[in-house]
Amino acid sequence: MSQLIDRRLNGRNKNAVNRQRFIRRYKNQIRQAVGEAIAGRSITDVDKGEQISIPGKDISEPIFHHGKSGRHEAVHPGNHDFIVGDRIKRPASDSASGGDGASQDEGGEDDFIFNLSQEEFLEFFFEDMALPDLVKTQLAKMDDYKSVRAGYTPSGVPSNIDVVRSLRGALARRIALSAPHRRTLRELETAMEVLLAEADPCEPVKIESLQHEMEMLRQRIERIPFIDTFDLRFRNRIRQPKPASQAVMFCLMDVSGSMDAARKDIAKRFFILLYLFLTRNYEHIEVVFIRHHTTAMEVDEHDFFYARETGGTVVSSALELTYEVIRERYPSAQWNLYVAQASDGDNWSDDSPLCRDLLIEKIMPCLQYYAYVEIEAEKPQNLWMEYEKVRAMHENFAMQRIRTPGDIYSVFRELFRKRES
Amino acid sequence: MRKKCLSEGSEWTFELIQRYEHEIARVAAHYGLDTYPNQIEIISAEQMMDAYSSSGMPVGYNYWSYGKQFIAVEQRYKRGQMGLAYEIVINSDPCIAYLMEENTMMMQALVVAHASYGHNSFFKGNYLFRTWTNADGIIDYLLFAKNYISQCEERYGEEAVELLLDSCHALMNYGVDRYKRPTRLSAQRERARQQEREAYQQSQVNDLWRTLPVRAMDESFVTDEARFPGEPQENLLYFIEKHAPLLEPWQREVVRIVRKIAQYFFPQRQTQVMNEGWATFWHHTIINHLYDEGLLSDGFMLEFMQSHTNVVFQPGYDDPRYSGINPYALGFAMMTDIRRICERPNEEDRQWFPELAGSDWLQSLDFAMRNFKDESFIVQYLSPKVIRDLKLFAILDDDSREALEVSAIHDDMGYHHVRNALAELYNLGSREPDIQVYRVDRRGDRSLTLRHTQHNRRELGESTDEVLRHVARLWGFDVRLESVFDDGSVELTHSCQVPH
Repeated sequence: MSQLIDRRLNGRNKNAVNRQRFIRRYKNQIRQAVGEAIAGRSITDVDKGEQISIPGKDISEPIFHHGKSGRHEAVHPGNHDFIVGDRIKRPASDSASGGDGASQDEGGEDDFIFNLSQEEFLEFFFEDMALPDLVKTQLAKMDDYKSVRAGYTPSGVPSNIDVVRSLRGALARRIALSAPHRRTLRELETAMEVLLAEADPCEPVKIESLQHEMEMLRQRIERIPFIDTFDLRFRNRIRQPKPASQAVMFCLMDVSGSMDAARKDIAKRFFILLYLFLTRNYEHIEVVFIRHHTTAMEVDEHDFFYARETGGTVVSSALELTYEVIRERYPSAQWNLYVAQASDGDNWSDDSPLCRDLLIEKIMPCLQYYAYVEIEAEKPQNLWMEYEKVRAMHENFAMQRIRTPGDIYSVFRELFRKRES
Repeated sequence: MRKKCLSEGSEWTFELIQRYEHEIARVAAHYGLDTYPNQIEIISAEQMMDAYSSSGMPVGYNYWSYGKQFIAVEQRYKRGQMGLAYEIVINSDPCIAYLMEENTMMMQALVVAHASYGHNSFFKGNYLFRTWTNADGIIDYLLFAKNYISQCEERYGEEAVELLLDSCHALMNYGVDRYKRPTRLSAQRERARQQEREAYQQSQVNDLWRTLPVRAMDESFVTDEARFPGEPQENLLYFIEKHAPLLEPWQREVVRIVRKIAQYFFPQRQTQVMNEGWATFWHHTIINHLYDEGLLSDGFMLEFMQSHTNVVFQPGYDDPRYSGINPYALGFAMMTDIRRICERPNEEDRQWFPELAGSDWLQSLDFAMRNFKDESFIVQYLSPKVIRDLKLFAILDDDSREALEVSAIHDDMGYHHVRNALAELYNLGSREPDIQVYRVDRRGDRSLTLRHTQHNRRELGESTDEVLRHVARLWGFDVRLESVFDDGSVELTHSCQVPH
């Protein structure tokens, strides 16, 4: 009469569509939260998922309901010492009236908190930069694969047969299949020895039958095939995304007085994008932060973006430090080196030629790529002029100017577009 | 002679569930529980959350709010802030109950007793469900609804459908007939008649609006004209479906779908205490019966007692865990008390319940289950003993007075007051604002006027304007809301203009 059904394998993730619709509907709020999350986040953590919170009143669904006014009567359990006529001070009217039975229908005002997956998070991150979909997928996907061994399979092409494995299997099979026969054979041999030892002349018939039986057994053992298709093992290979060893990314930032919070935010977004890009190509990546005004210093990420120390501008100090760090810690034979520099382009005019020379002679030969972004400069500054000369000599030197956060991605794309090699 | 226990240990298997179910069915029949056939489905935690977030609909159309609820449930579940529902049961024929795979054998047995025999017999017996729902048609209808809405999305775009659903959902509580029996749901007939209905409805609407004069209005003519609608209409969605001038036929069908689903869930909203109380009473009775027969081990029983105690736990008002009256606790206490009054009545019971005291408890309990909803059930059956046991007291919150006042407690003076006050809290009619369609200006600007009849000076909450925008979206013209105050005076309190 009753039916029992196992539904566990049916329709997993049935709610994915509804979840997507929810996220689409609250795109703006989520995007804003993602923006805030990025601002507070370290570069290396940027591609984790994120806990997003949306104000409860924004997503509550309106219905007709009673307000707080008028006359309400509620019934509660657990009275210890109230008697009729007791007066109780009205609780503070805000959200404090938690368990008020009569107003249960009112939507709570608590924030609605949920987790964006990494994928959803990056989706929003890129969207904030107005990425065309085309490139987003290119960034998220890796084109290079390497073929790696992944155990053995019982089927495959002849060229992949693993001889040792197959023979080992065959041997095991032969041992397993012949074991009972050989056990009987051993028993018969013992029996034979006993018979021969007694040397009873009237037992030839018995001996003969024993001999016959032993012969049969030996033949049966012989008949077990030496190798069977069942034994064959083929080397299995699977394709694995192939990150190329290791890389280091230098973030150089000008922190002279003109680099205000908005400019630093643009720089940060640019560095994050570069980091995301590189993590998809390298197994292991390190980040070096160098800030400079008149002198350069290697700092941690927090100081890089938030320290307030400031002064004039000598860009070459940062380049010298970079070169030093490379020589000491990141020999270019073992590391893929990337430098990204963000500045408003305002440099001492006699320092810019120095920068040019440093780059052309010392730094560029070690690097995979050098990307320079000039943030919110009115017109090309003297540094820009000098850097153009570097670009003329080195293909892997790129420079762009960024005015608003919306420009970041197109600039980035320009800097890192696939070039024919 | 003790029989052998059905099982030891907490692992469940399909075979074990079947054996338990068999025994539970036998005991349920012994007590005369009349049920639809049962379909018991084992589902994963994720599927449980899924069912939970679309208010238990086994087949739901796609809607963002279900995604929101799913996320909320998932978050709380993952952080351990809430256990999942042990069970979800669908008022259908056969009656579908979901068991979660994580449950122990004891829980599965408890859920089978609770859902497949408790809720199931309630669905089949209670007059509200008998009158308002159609158990054998609902699954098909939900499937029809899902398919229809996804077809609409393909044809008219997801956004158009979403906006429409938003508006319908805002009025969902006002999409039910409280006093008139609805036509039965049948997917087959729905499909067959849908086209026909589309054409017919549209022609009706057109007819209604054809009376619109082209020339300027004649004042005297207007006043002579009978008011439309003749009587105030409480079913806002029905009124909109039939009379909104500008809705496309497919939009009317969507309004109808939301309305039908609201109607289907309406009895559940009115019988929470009774339904949960009934199911809890029966799982308790059945499991104890099986234990007395020697079919359940002591270990099983200990675990059962713990779960059962958690279900009927009622923290006091000053407990940090307090979040209102637990319908399981109240319902179970009342059902158990009815049996007690029948079997072992005392002087007080004879005074309060002369008919009930000493009667056959099975018959009396069955009568109570069949013929009431929460509000009337409480008025009829809440006994002084239950009021004392739960230490119930009433608090009056009147914004014209400075302080809250304890208006009654669990003593001789207060029993009637507490009982009536509690029943009133379960009266949907007073819990939700009374808002009806009052007038349509057929000859003028086609505006729709709703009337909110105030009760106890309770005004509408802050989302009213937003709901009115939804009404206006459906109606297609201006919408006004008038409030009728306790002294009978009427005032326009809210209005919403449709941008032209």
